[in-house]
Amino acid sequence: MDSITDIRDRIARGQTTAQATITSAIERAEKLNDKLNAFLEIDRDGALKRAAEIDQNPGKATLPLAGVPIAVKDNICVRGLQTSCGSQILGPYHPPYHATAIERLIAAGAVVMGKTNCDEFAMGSSNENSAFGPVRNPWDVSRVPGGSSGGSAAAVAAGIVPAALGSDTGGSVRQPASLCGVVGFKPTYGRVSRYGLVAFGSSLDQIGVLTRNVPDAAAILEVMAGRDRHDATTADVSVPPYTREIDRDIKGLRLGVSRILLGEGLDPQVLAAIEAAIDAYRTLGAEIVDIDLPHARYAIAVYYIIATAEASSNLARYDGVRYGFRAEDAPGLRDMYRKTRDQGFGAEVKRRIMLGTYVLSAGYYDAYYLKAQKVRTLLRQDFANAFEKCDAVLTPTAPTPAFKFGEKVDDPLAMYLNDIYTVTANLAGIPGISVPCGLSSDGLPIGMQLLGPYWSESLLLQLAHAYQSANEITARPAIYA
Amino acid sequence: MAITEADIEKIAQLAHLEITAEERAMFAPQISEIVTYVEQLNAIDTSTVEPALGGLTPEGERTESWRADETEPSLGQKVALDQAPDAAEGHFRVPKVLG
Repeated sequence: MDSITDIRDRIARGQTTAQATITSAIERAEKLNDKLNAFLEIDRDGALKRAAEIDQNPGKATLPLAGVPIAVKDNICVRGLQTSCGSQILGPYHPPYHATAIERLIAAGAVVMGKTNCDEFAMGSSNENSAFGPVRNPWDVSRVPGGSSGGSAAAVAAGIVPAALGSDTGGSVRQPASLCGVVGFKPTYGRVSRYGLVAFGSSLDQIGVLTRNVPDAAAILEVMAGRDRHDATTADVSVPPYTREIDRDIKGLRLGVSRILLGEGLDPQVLAAIEAAIDAYRTLGAEIVDIDLPHARYAIAVYYIIATAEASSNLARYDGVRYGFRAEDAPGLRDMYRKTRDQGFGAEVKRRIMLGTYVLSAGYYDAYYLKAQKVRTLLRQDFANAFEKCDAVLTPTAPTPAFKFGEKVDDPLAMYLNDIYTVTANLAGIPGISVPCGLSSDGLPIGMQLLGPYWSESLLLQLAHAYQSANEITARPAIYA
Repeated sequence: MAITEADIEKIAQLAHLEITAEERAMFAPQISEIVTYVEQLNAIDTSTVEPALGGLTPEGERTESWRADETEPSLGQKVALDQAPDAAEGHFRVPKVLG
């Protein structure tokens, strides 16, 4: 499938039209949706209308994303399209506004062609928690695509769109990217506006992007990033021209590897792929440095206290009053809240709300939430120390390749351990990218993760691009057959 | 710490969730297991550590996030009520607030 640059250039030169490009994406999305269930809404009319506007725009050659079809995770607001967050509780909700990231992408010429399926309220690592059925992995439809941005990952892996937006609170862009063999990028906390991203864990959430190649991720990030007056947590840090900085000789750059992190619990095939990636980086001239992240082993515990606590607060707004689903036959207001929420939320969401409520409740706040936030400081310090010895840290993205449906649904804790390598970045606020680095003996994708200091998006893109350019993976998902 | 079904019921009340007996029976051991898992943090000495509340980077902390105290257009009543399950006379109508 074409890269963003290819698409945009061909449209600008008149070799193809935005309408033809968008039609192609929509037809492929519709054709594959029974098999993959990646899309919850495909906006044929709206997308074609927008494509026609692009085609008629005399200035389209100046638009960096003119005519590029993108898919958007269904927890990011696009005015006029549904935003279900993979849940029943939002009912027929259609946001009256665009997320800032969407405004910027549309202004740059991109065309939103649909909303993708996801774990409910972004809570999950397999896309098995959607109220609208699971998404299936394009590489093997008996396996999960990862989560929570499973639909976005599948849409890119299946060649439907060159780019899809996701959200990443504990790895929900990077982990499905790894399981679906695509690139997944989570920016620094505060790099991309969260305005219009339905809040899950407000100190952890970031909008991220999934693409087939690194330059495409750079193109999307460059347009989305930057201070937004609607999101007070965005930082006033200038946005580098990521696409123009992406080619760099990485000789002499130092990659930190924690041997302890590559220890127990890691699938031997994932380990082998990571070792091969380390060798590939040596060949490119990078220096490999031993580092230690002593508090990384506590990251899952820290994450599942902080994320659930913040979620319990953020999801209090779903009460049937102002929008979405409202339970019927409630004798009074409190009953309405309780019934609406019990009927509208799925099991995982309820579990996390209750966990979060518990750790914030009187008598427990200090022992759990405050304690976790202190260990979070120690983890941030671990990374600051590591980045004195290296430019970026290399880890696996996920501990295994894609697993089969149903394998982990009965054991929530086992499911949470899928995030073991990814939650550290959200807790520390640092950027991270997952890049495909091999296939298992079953032909399933394996991803490696690069983590960098705050605002090092350009460096991560350079490191990832250098690897991808020299180590192309030509295998394609089974869905292409 | 062992979380009992009675604990789950108390928590569900706080979280405005009307969970069933089956859900209580399912959630109690699961949440118990997770709480036990996260209690490993007790082994770490954090007596001199500040909590990382908010998640902001240093640049984020330094970013000015106040705006001028001037009225700006807001959603407006029509748009705000547009998706209400039950709108009436410019309000969100809800079941009565019982004692």
